[in-house]
Amino acid sequence: MHKKEEFLFAIKRVFPIVMGYLPVGFALGVMAADAGLSPIQMGLMSLFVYAGSAQFIAVDMLGSGTSAIPIIITTFLVNLRHFLFSASLAPYFREIKQSLIPLISFFITDETFAVSITDAEQRPLSHIYYFSLYITAYSCWVLSTIIGTTLGNLIPDTKALGFDFALPGMFLALLCMQFKNARFILIALISGLLSIFFIHIIPGNWNVILATVIAAAIGVLIDEN
Amino acid sequence: MKIDLNYICLVLGMGFVTYLSRMLPATLLSKQEIPKVFVKFLNFVPAAVLSALLFPGVLMTENKLNIGFSNPLLIAAVLTFPLAYKTKNMFATVLLGMGIVILYNYFI
Repeated sequence: MHKKEEFLFAIKRVFPIVMGYLPVGFALGVMAADAGLSPIQMGLMSLFVYAGSAQFIAVDMLGSGTSAIPIIITTFLVNLRHFLFSASLAPYFREIKQSLIPLISFFITDETFAVSITDAEQRPLSHIYYFSLYITAYSCWVLSTIIGTTLGNLIPDTKALGFDFALPGMFLALLCMQFKNARFILIALISGLLSIFFIHIIPGNWNVILATVIAAAIGVLIDEN
Repeated sequence: MKIDLNYICLVLGMGFVTYLSRMLPATLLSKQEIPKVFVKFLNFVPAAVLSALLFPGVLMTENKLNIGFSNPLLIAAVLTFPLAYKTKNMFATVLLGMGIVILYNYFI
């Protein structure tokens, strides 16, 4: 593909991601304002972290006064899934300049991964495609969270507007993408129930980490046969 | 909350650990092989993490189990599940669910 063609193709493909990021980023910003974060603080987090669910959790934990180490560990575990995305994209990244891989891989998210792996399976793609798609999605995310935090201070009752559901709704949709077979549904059920169990016996947001490690380990065991 | 050094360290730390899992496999995979058991484990991590987050989010209100019609988030999750399962569309799922919560808060 010609450079300009590849750019336009990426812009066309990024559209659904943008439509998804705007309301979720906005909702995150509103929640961040509620937790006492400034638009600059929110913007910095989005610039450096760029991971929706991890940022929702971090904002929630910051709001309840959690210290930095549990937040960073939780972020690491929540974002471990990118390991798989990155590994799956690796064969396609062999077609692009090797020195650009560490930069391009910064922009891998659930959504950019889903779109770009689908496209990469169809046709050879250069760094033009990846940069156009990834940086457009990234800019939308950063801006929507900053705008949300700015306007969030003006919106008094976010509960009435349904923003409380933005986070669970996002997890629900992403979880459904993980249901490749019955085993994954079973592991999800186990993890969800363990999570609620651990909330009641251990304070400090460790429920997610413990439930995940145990449930994924069970997954490995039942996968062996 | 001000932009102090602690906050900068926090977001840099979060960014660093996130960047590791994004960058390392793509950059190193051609050179090193990941142990099979670890790959299998990682396979289940996304489903497990998302569910571990979702369950308390929709089944609990203010740190207490709340299963019933008094929990609008649970109602929204149950009603949007078929859409999420069928379409895998985050945008539509979030918007429909938010709409349901708005209607719930308006009428009930």
